[in-house]
Amino acid sequence: MNFNRRHILGLEELSAEEITLILDTAESMKEVSERDVKKVPALRGVTVCNLFYEPSTRTRSSFEIAEKRLSADVLNFTLSHSSVLKGETLLDTARNLEAMGASVIVIRHPMSGAPWLLAKELDSSIINAGDGSHEHPSQALLDLFTIREIKGGIEGLKVLIVGDILHSRVARSNIWGLLKLGAEVRAAGPPTLIPPYIENINVKTYYNLEDAINGVDVVIMLRIQMERQDSEFFPSLREYARFYGLRREKLKLAAKDVIVMHPGPINRGIELSSDIADDASSVMLDQVSNGIAVRMAMFYLVASGGGNS
Amino acid sequence: MDKRAIKRTVSRIVNEILERNKGASDLVIIGVRTRGVHLAERILKLIKKLEGVEPPLGTLDITLYRDDLRRKTEWPKVKKTEIKFSVEDKVVILVDDVIYTGRTTRAALEEIMDFGRPSSVQLAVLVDRGHRELPIQPDYAGCTIDTLSTEKVRVHLMENDGNDEVTVLGG
Amino acid sequence: MSILIKGGRVINPSEGIDKVTNVLIEDGVIKSLPRTASEFEKDPDTQVINARGKIVSPGFIDIHVHLREPGFEHKETIRSGCDSAAAGGFTTIVCMPNTNPVNDNASVTEYILLKARTEGKVNVFPIGAITKGEEGESLAQIGEMYEAGCVGVSDDGMPVMNSKVMRHAMEYVKAFGIPVISHAEDKNLSGNGVMNEGEVSTRLGLEGIPCASEDVMVSRDINVAELTGAHLHICHVSSEASVRLIRAAKQRSVRVTAEVTPHHFTLTDKAVDSYDTNAKINPPLRSEADRKACIEGLKDGTIDVIATDHAPHSEDEKKVEFNLAHFGIVELETALPLSLKLVEDGVLTLNQMISKLTDAPSSILNLNRGTIKKGAPADVVIFDPKKKVKIDRETFHSKSKNTPFHGWELKGEINYTIVNGRVVYSA
Repeated sequence: MNFNRRHILGLEELSAEEITLILDTAESMKEVSERDVKKVPALRGVTVCNLFYEPSTRTRSSFEIAEKRLSADVLNFTLSHSSVLKGETLLDTARNLEAMGASVIVIRHPMSGAPWLLAKELDSSIINAGDGSHEHPSQALLDLFTIREIKGGIEGLKVLIVGDILHSRVARSNIWGLLKLGAEVRAAGPPTLIPPYIENINVKTYYNLEDAINGVDVVIMLRIQMERQDSEFFPSLREYARFYGLRREKLKLAAKDVIVMHPGPINRGIELSSDIADDASSVMLDQVSNGIAVRMAMFYLVASGGGNS
Repeated sequence: MDKRAIKRTVSRIVNEILERNKGASDLVIIGVRTRGVHLAERILKLIKKLEGVEPPLGTLDITLYRDDLRRKTEWPKVKKTEIKFSVEDKVVILVDDVIYTGRTTRAALEEIMDFGRPSSVQLAVLVDRGHRELPIQPDYAGCTIDTLSTEKVRVHLMENDGNDEVTVLGG
Repeated sequence: MSILIKGGRVINPSEGIDKVTNVLIEDGVIKSLPRTASEFEKDPDTQVINARGKIVSPGFIDIHVHLREPGFEHKETIRSGCDSAAAGGFTTIVCMPNTNPVNDNASVTEYILLKARTEGKVNVFPIGAITKGEEGESLAQIGEMYEAGCVGVSDDGMPVMNSKVMRHAMEYVKAFGIPVISHAEDKNLSGNGVMNEGEVSTRLGLEGIPCASEDVMVSRDINVAELTGAHLHICHVSSEASVRLIRAAKQRSVRVTAEVTPHHFTLTDKAVDSYDTNAKINPPLRSEADRKACIEGLKDGTIDVIATDHAPHSEDEKKVEFNLAHFGIVELETALPLSLKLVEDGVLTLNQMISKLTDAPSSILNLNRGTIKKGAPADVVIFDPKKKVKIDRETFHSKSKNTPFHGWELKGEINYTIVNGRVVYSA
C-alpha cells in the first residue's frame, strides 16, 4: 500500500494499515542505525526544519538524528513562545522557513491544533512533534514499535495508561494507536485528570490503580507535568504517589511478563518507585533507538506522499 | 531460458567466480533484493558443494539509495538490508537477476561502500539486457540478450515465483 | 418622497397581518396599506417596487451586535456594521458597549450616536455598560447613559461575577425602565476554555467550557431578578439546562426574556473539528442535545428573539492557533437564510420567525419599531424566502469575514432594505 499523506499530524486520522506501514518501515530503518556508516541518501537535498516552540532536548535530538541519517539538511528553530507572542505569528514564521527552502517542517507547539493551522495554510509537509494536549504521533509510534518488538504484536494486549491523561498528548496518541491495532486500552488516574467523555472513545476508566492494573500486559506511566497544570487537580504529590504511583506490590497484579514504559523523564518515587524505574529505564533505552528509526520512517513515508519539492 | 538452462548458467557463473578468485576464501556474497537474493543463495550452495567452504551471505535493499526516489509518485516499500559481517578487504560478489540501465548496481555499490571498503566488488547477473545508462558492466553474465526498451524481461525463480524461467515479454 | 411596495405578501406579526397587499410609504413613515396600487403607481414622485412573490415584513431588529467603534475599527466600524446590517435585512441594530473605551458613560454613548447618525444607514441604539470598564465592580453612569440614548445595560463579553453588584444594577435600572442584559458565564468554571466541554474537546486536546458555567449564572441571574423585580434579558442562550431554567422562571412569572443566535441553533461543537477558528465563539457551540433544546425553546416561546451576536474579527485575529483566536462570528448577513431553515424544518412558521426578528426584539427594548402599521417609521425589508443563495464571505459588507458558513447553500435573499422610508440596500 502507499502512504498518500503529505503530513503526519496525529494517529487519530491514520488507519491501522498506515500505522502498520510506518512500523514496518521503521524496522528497515532501524538496521541503518546499526551500521558503522549510519547514513542513507534517501532525503538528500531535502531541507527539514525543526520548529520547536517548547524546549525539548530528547525529541528534538531524535528528530535531528533521524533527519541527518536520511542525509537531509537540517534547520533548527527553538523559540520561547512568549518571545514570539511579542513578535511574529506562527504562520509568518513558518512561511519564512518555507521561503528559505524548508519542504518539511517538524513542529512542536504548546497549543493544540497548531500543526493543523500550518497544514492548512502552507505547502510544506508538516510533522507534528507534539501539539498542546492533543497528539504526539512519533512518541506513540515508537511506543507501539517497542511494544510490538517485545511482545510480538499489539492485538489483544491489555494496555493501561496511568496519570495525567487530561493534559497528555502522549496518552491521546497512544490511545488511538493502540485501539486501531486491536489492543484493549484502560486509563487510570485521579478523577480530575481523566478527560470527560473518554469512555466514548472506547477507553475503560478506573480511579483505582489496583483494579486497573489487574492482568495488564503493558503499563504506560505518564509524567506529572508540573510545568503544564495548575496543581489544583490533586492535593499533593504525596497523595498522588500514594494512590497512583506504581510500586512492586501493585505491579504484581499485572500479567506475568508485564512491561512498564514511561515517556520520560521519570519523577522517581512519584510515578514509579526507584526499583521499577530501573526496569522501566531499560525499556526506555530501547525506545531511544526505536525513536530514531520510527522518525526516519515518518520522514521517508511523508516525502513519498508528495512532500518532496 | 528454462529451468535447465538457468541451472547450467548458474553453475557456469560459479565456476568462473571460483576460477577468477582462485577459490572461495575472502569471498562474501551479497544479493540484491528481491530475486538477487535467491540467486545468491543458489550460488552459495553450489560454492559450498564444490569448495566445501561457505562464504557469508548478505541481502541488500537499495531503495534508500535509488537515484530516482524524488521522481517517483509512490515510494517503494523499504525492506531490510542485512549484512552482518564485515566487507573490509573482502571480495564482494554482488548478485542480481537482471542488469539493465546499471542504476540499481550503482545504488548497490554506494550502499556497500557505506559498510566498509571491500578489496573488490564483482557483479554477477543472470541476464544482461543491454541499454546501459551508466558505465557499469557485469563481471559474470548468465546470458546477454538484445532487447527493446519497450520490452520487459521477466525472471521467475522457484523460491519467489514457483517456477524457474526467463522470458522476454513483447513491447 | 414616496415608495409603493406593490403586490408582496405582507407579514406583520404585531398586527396579525399576513396577506398579499400593497404598502405605501411617505415621508419616512408607513402611510397606509392600500388594497389597490393603481392610483399611486401613476405618481411620478413615487418609487414603485414590485414585490410580487416576495415577503414584505418589518425590517429586522438585531438586539445584539458588536460594532467595534470606538477602538477596534480594524474589525468593523459603525458605517461598515450598518452596511452589513442593511445587506442582511436589518433596519435596526443594538450595539454592545465592549468598545475601547467602554461605553460606560454618556460621552461614549453620544459619540456612537453621532457616528451612527452621520455614517450609519440603519437605526442604531446603544447598550451601556453595567459596570465601569465592564470590570464588574462599580456601577457605570447608567442614568446618564439612559438620558443620552442607551436602551439597556450589559457588560456583554463579561459576566458580572459579583452577585451583590448585579443586585444593585438590577435595582437601579428600575428607575429608568430598561432591562439588564446578561452575558451569563461563571469565569471560574469556564477558565481558559476555548470550546464546549465534551467528547470533541477531549479528542482535540482543547480545554472545554462546560454547560454548567452558563447554567450556574443563568440561575443566579434569574434568582436576583426575582429578588429585585427587574427585567432580565439573557444573551446568547446555548445550553439545555439554561432553557429549562428560563422556562421554569417564566412559568413563575419572573420578568425574564432570552435570545438565541443562529449559529447556536444551527451548529454543534462538531463544527470545531478541524480546529476551525471560525467556529470559535463564546458561549461555545454545544452538543446536539443543547442545540435541539434551544430550538425547542424558540418553538415554545421560552426564547423570545433571534439575535446574532454579530462579532467581527480580522483575519489576523482568526488565522492563529486555536487558543489564541478571538471568539466571535459575523452573522448579520447570514441570519435570514439560517433562520429560514427553521421555517423549512417546521420549527417555526414564517410569521413566528419574522416576529422573533421584529416585534419581539422591539418590545424587549421598547424601541417602538418592528411593525408595519400606519404611522410607524418605515423600516421595511423585502425578501425572497425561496431564492437559493450560496454564502460567500468575500461578498460580505462587513469588514470582517469570520463565518463558519462560507460555502453553505441556503435559501433566502434580501431584495430591499428600507430604513425610515429610504432604500438603503437593494440586491
